[in-house]
Amino acid sequence: MCVGSQSWLFISFGFKEIFSLLLICVYTRQRRIHKQTFTLSFIRCCERRAFVQRDDAKSDKNNTLWRHSMRVHAKRAVALAAGLLLPVTVMADWTMNMSPGVTSTSNQIFTLHMTILWICVAIGVVVFGVMFWSIFAHRKSRGAKPANFHENTLVEVLWTIVPLAILVAMAIPATTTLVEMYDTTESDVDIKITGYQWRWQYEYIDDDFSFFSNMSTPRDQILNRQAKGEHYLLEVDNPVVIPVGKKVRFLLTANDVIHSWWVPEFGVKKDAIPGFINETWTRVDEPGTYRGQCTELCGKDHGFMPVVVKAVPEEEYNAWVAEQREAAETERQLTEKDWTLDELMERGERAYATACASCHQADGSGMPPAFPALKGSPMALEDMAGHIEIVVNGSSGTAMQAFGNQLSEVDLAAVITYERNAWGNNTGEMVTPKEIFDYKNQQ
Amino acid sequence: MSAVADTHAQDHHHGPAKGISRWLLTTNHKDIGSMYLIFSFAMFLLGGSMAMVIRAELFQPGLQIVEPEFFNQMTTMHGLIMVFGAVMPAFVGLANWMLPLMVGAPDMALPRMNNWSFWLLPCAFLILVSTLFMQGGAPNFGWTFYAPLSTTYGPPSTTFFIFAVHIMGVSSIMGAINVIATILNMRAPGMTLMKMPLFVWTWLITAFLLIAVMPVLAGVVTMMLMDIHFGTSFFDAAGGGDPVLFQHVFWFFGHPEVYIMILPAFGAISHIVAAFSRKPLFGYASMVYAVGAIAVLSFVVWAHHMFTVGMPLAGQLFFMYATLLIAVPTGVKVFNWVTTMFRGSLSFEAPMLFAVAFIILFTIGGFSGLMLAIAPADFQYHDTYFVVAHFHYVLVPGAIFGIFASAYFWLPKWTGHMYDETLAKTHFWLSFIGMNLAFFPMHFLGLAGMPRRIPDYALQFTDFNMISSIGAFMFGATQLLFLFIVVKCARGGEKAPAKPWDGAEGLEWTVPSPAPYHTFSTPPEVK
Repeated sequence: MCVGSQSWLFISFGFKEIFSLLLICVYTRQRRIHKQTFTLSFIRCCERRAFVQRDDAKSDKNNTLWRHSMRVHAKRAVALAAGLLLPVTVMADWTMNMSPGVTSTSNQIFTLHMTILWICVAIGVVVFGVMFWSIFAHRKSRGAKPANFHENTLVEVLWTIVPLAILVAMAIPATTTLVEMYDTTESDVDIKITGYQWRWQYEYIDDDFSFFSNMSTPRDQILNRQAKGEHYLLEVDNPVVIPVGKKVRFLLTANDVIHSWWVPEFGVKKDAIPGFINETWTRVDEPGTYRGQCTELCGKDHGFMPVVVKAVPEEEYNAWVAEQREAAETERQLTEKDWTLDELMERGERAYATACASCHQADGSGMPPAFPALKGSPMALEDMAGHIEIVVNGSSGTAMQAFGNQLSEVDLAAVITYERNAWGNNTGEMVTPKEIFDYKNQQ
Repeated sequence: MSAVADTHAQDHHHGPAKGISRWLLTTNHKDIGSMYLIFSFAMFLLGGSMAMVIRAELFQPGLQIVEPEFFNQMTTMHGLIMVFGAVMPAFVGLANWMLPLMVGAPDMALPRMNNWSFWLLPCAFLILVSTLFMQGGAPNFGWTFYAPLSTTYGPPSTTFFIFAVHIMGVSSIMGAINVIATILNMRAPGMTLMKMPLFVWTWLITAFLLIAVMPVLAGVVTMMLMDIHFGTSFFDAAGGGDPVLFQHVFWFFGHPEVYIMILPAFGAISHIVAAFSRKPLFGYASMVYAVGAIAVLSFVVWAHHMFTVGMPLAGQLFFMYATLLIAVPTGVKVFNWVTTMFRGSLSFEAPMLFAVAFIILFTIGGFSGLMLAIAPADFQYHDTYFVVAHFHYVLVPGAIFGIFASAYFWLPKWTGHMYDETLAKTHFWLSFIGMNLAFFPMHFLGLAGMPRRIPDYALQFTDFNMISSIGAFMFGATQLLFLFIVVKCARGGEKAPAKPWDGAEGLEWTVPSPAPYHTFSTPPEVK
């Protein structure tokens, strides 16, 4: 049982192992490379594209979310976080630390984060220093004789009071930052964000238009049938656009379950909760595209509802708003148009793919029991009234949402028509946008 | 000490019954303790294999092995099984084995209830695990089962999950009552409260925590049950309910729960560090007060899990300050352990290796906890892999290493044989390296922006995820070695003396190894 020297060997073995592993990693990433192979001898399988690229020409020099800004800080953090006395020379492209971000909030958070990290490191160095000193110097195998002390009031009082003082010192800047983060007054633009399973809706309250933002990464990339793109899982069809230099207030709620809207570069994360409206705000000074994700488990596609924000100069923002308002008007007029079955089918296929396919599947086979099949279902073949009812109003107590406010009349009509005629459902029946409009107004 | 010799004076001395009835009907604290430990290890392997599925899927970006739906079932079941099936029963098992031996009692105070509280557990987990095979699959809403994802949008098996949680709760409450009754009533003459071994102290406090919060858990799942089947709207906003209420009630249970999973380990580590430092524990009294303070504070910090739900500013500040405060008594404990080692005469057998790793790595978990307590910074950390790294650092090298340290420390007492020290050290080092490899990179992932509970991730997270998966596989495979070591030790090996560790203190070392079926029929004297 006397194995002192043996365990010392084990210690050195362990550390060497960790060091060498870390160093290999570091070395392979030291050069910025676009195609790279991870060369740890036991993981050769992974060849991928380097994903860390500029978002677009505009934001070339800006900090964007997934990039590796503030390398100096990253280097420091490595040394710290590793908690080991790593040679602090490298770590180029391994993002290990929080991004300082592009807003005053995110910068303040970053400062708090680094401060508390350094405090922890300092405490750790002292405590573990004493411990390792004991481990090395006071070993039985080296003939150490145990002392017999087991109390010292002064020391015990000190190590209660000193940490308390450190915590108070830490709490003061944290409080200041928090107070600022909670000040949502005097905003220039208000955007209401609603979480749905599994997409975001952005509503420009003052400008009377809204749209949905769906992940645009193709399914084939997720299923590894196609090379993954630069912004794999972090790209959407309709990004939310905000003007730079303006205080933008976000009003968050959810339609079904709890979601959480996060853009790390802004230092903004807030839960979107059904029945509640949460507020948060940001002011972005650097134009660019910023990416984030839903951060509250919200069901099967929780990992597939990214947030993409485009911050643009004010003139560009105003032009975009005007364009959106016009498009919204055009969409309203489309309801009046006379639609043919083929037109509805074509539009329906697209609307189905974004709104319905994640649950009921592209081929209408569903995922029973939670998500029933539509192909060959009595609802889609016979009960037309029931079909409209469930799509518009949802089915309470189940995962079937009310799409009445999510889709336009045209899209609702198109989707229902599509479901009644696709995958061999061939009923030949169609619903027009006007009928949907009337149905909704009767209620 | 002649405790054992005295048992022969009893006229109806008897050993264990034969066959299956020994295990089904036993009221013996040692048998029940063994069953708890075996059960918890089986659950540890089951929950661990689910973690392997998770890590295999996350090895590379893209979906390779499982569908997101099943991935969510895996994260949920992994969490539930590890918390309620592995860690908690393991500590109850240790309590059953060691508390009577440590306080000089012949058995637990309520032996029949002891049997019942154990046998409820396999029933509960049979129900829980069977949900994997039900239509619609197992619970898929995370071990925190936030409403309305778990109510309106939950799978049909949610009802079985609720029933299983009820049964586990009953089991835990009965176990806790038994611990309190034993400690308060059955201590040997002369053992005042402030002379109790620390493991006894920490378990006493843990038991009070259990009694306080398990009913809250039962309450919250009952509210879910009502929402799902009886038309109430506690958590349904459409019916005037409040989804945030769920989180408040859940975390009122959930935060003390994390201390339930660590306090007994604090106690065991205190014994082990002192024993292998061959020096009395530094600051016994302050250790007791620190545990008490942690327990009290654990009731007023729950909403630090909810900094992003949109609480009023005053609420944020209160919960931030209260959480920071917990660092003080926790710090006291770490300082005491380190000072106990200081100027000792240290040797590093397996229990000590695990104990030292416990102190270092738990402290790292504590540091990240301190960072998470800073409310503004938590807006960036919340629900990312930084949180996953944090709680695995306090639970794996905290609770689990604490359990391994205890197991190696007391195995000679349980089996009468010394375990294989070389294998045990191998187990330690492989676990240590695997665990750090698995969980340390998660800090980086979280800080770089990877949310938790996602089956697929953006490309910049690839490398660290790969390293993490390799570490996890290594850690997972290593645990089979532990099984081998324990089986080998139970079947034979070098005979263990009554007190195999020269620095160990306490009544449990005064009885022979293996501990006879009945011990302390006549109470020992404690001076």
